[in-house]
Amino acid sequence: MSSILLAIVLGAAFGAVLDRVGASNPNLINRMLNLTDLRLAKAILLAIGTGSALMFAGQMLGVVDVGHMSVKTAYAGVFLGGLMLGAGWAASGYCPGTGVVALASGRKDALFFVAGGLLGAAAYMLSYPAWKASGLLDKIAGGAVTLGTVPGSEYEGLTALPGDILGVVLGFGFVALAFALPERLVGQGRPHPAPAE
Amino acid sequence: MPVNWKVGGLLLGLVFFVAVLLVKPIGVSTQFVILDGIIGDAVNPEIVTQTGDGFTSTNAYLAKSGGKYAKSVANPLNYSFVFVLAMMLGGFLSVMARGGLDSRERRMPTLWRANFGDSAVKRYAVAFLGGFVVLYGARLAGGCTSGHMMSGMMQTALSGYIFAAGAFAAAIPVSILMFRKEA
Repeated sequence: MSSILLAIVLGAAFGAVLDRVGASNPNLINRMLNLTDLRLAKAILLAIGTGSALMFAGQMLGVVDVGHMSVKTAYAGVFLGGLMLGAGWAASGYCPGTGVVALASGRKDALFFVAGGLLGAAAYMLSYPAWKASGLLDKIAGGAVTLGTVPGSEYEGLTALPGDILGVVLGFGFVALAFALPERLVGQGRPHPAPAE
Repeated sequence: MPVNWKVGGLLLGLVFFVAVLLVKPIGVSTQFVILDGIIGDAVNPEIVTQTGDGFTSTNAYLAKSGGKYAKSVANPLNYSFVFVLAMMLGGFLSVMARGGLDSRERRMPTLWRANFGDSAVKRYAVAFLGGFVVLYGARLAGGCTSGHMMSGMMQTALSGYIFAAGAFAAAIPVSILMFRKEA
């Protein structure tokens, strides 16, 4: 039961932050993706960096359980699926998580996105045996690996570098990138001083 | 952006960190499969069945990895499914607390309208097709923006970097081609 309580608290916090950061707003997603307003990209980079540095530093201090890590397998289909998701993300302005938050925030187009998503997921469930047989789901580069070798982790490292220290360093790298990235790469002027809602 | 990127990014990073600290990394797209399974199993109860020590399914995807998805379909009140329902609650409360969206924006995004006009049918058709491609791709990849890109790269997972490379390699050109007018 306590896990359900955690799901409610953490899920609600995630949904609220996605709304406040603007990730469930298709205007901000496409201003990021068409490179005219990168402030959302800066927020995402800062988030990845903050999460990474805190998690790995916490592991080194012994306050974060290494067993809570969940590393996904690398295979060719990850890239192919990423391409598909990217194209649909740009066209619709939604990804799976932000689509459900947008639906809850009253966006009517998000209802169509979620309906299409349920159908797309069902189509994959039916076509899964063909993908499995194609070999594109076979692991590459060791499969479920981290870039360095994380002490005490069940996952192997792509390199022998100390994975926890590497995680903290990369975390700071993402934070630095967030600050270094300009607010826009395409077009001129300050992007959208009064954000449209 | 409703909050500036520094505050927003820090809060978003804290949520991802606290999720790993207390439970496990955040992911969303699997729950589309679970909801499909719940709907399918309601229509045809043969789809998910109990075995001696767990669950299995007539659908190979639900049955994979020892039937873990079949188990979630049989028990919808599990952490990951409730998490996504709670995201909707949190998003709803947050948007209401800042006054809600106006009806024009609820109908379609401003940037879309500036580039493609006010036809709701056109917008909803693209949103539907986009949703189909996004979730098909996410299941093929084994995760989405939250599970692969955010949680994955945060954990220095190789798969997270491969996914992000694919996602942006498609998303940036498509967005630049589609949304030429700023709004």
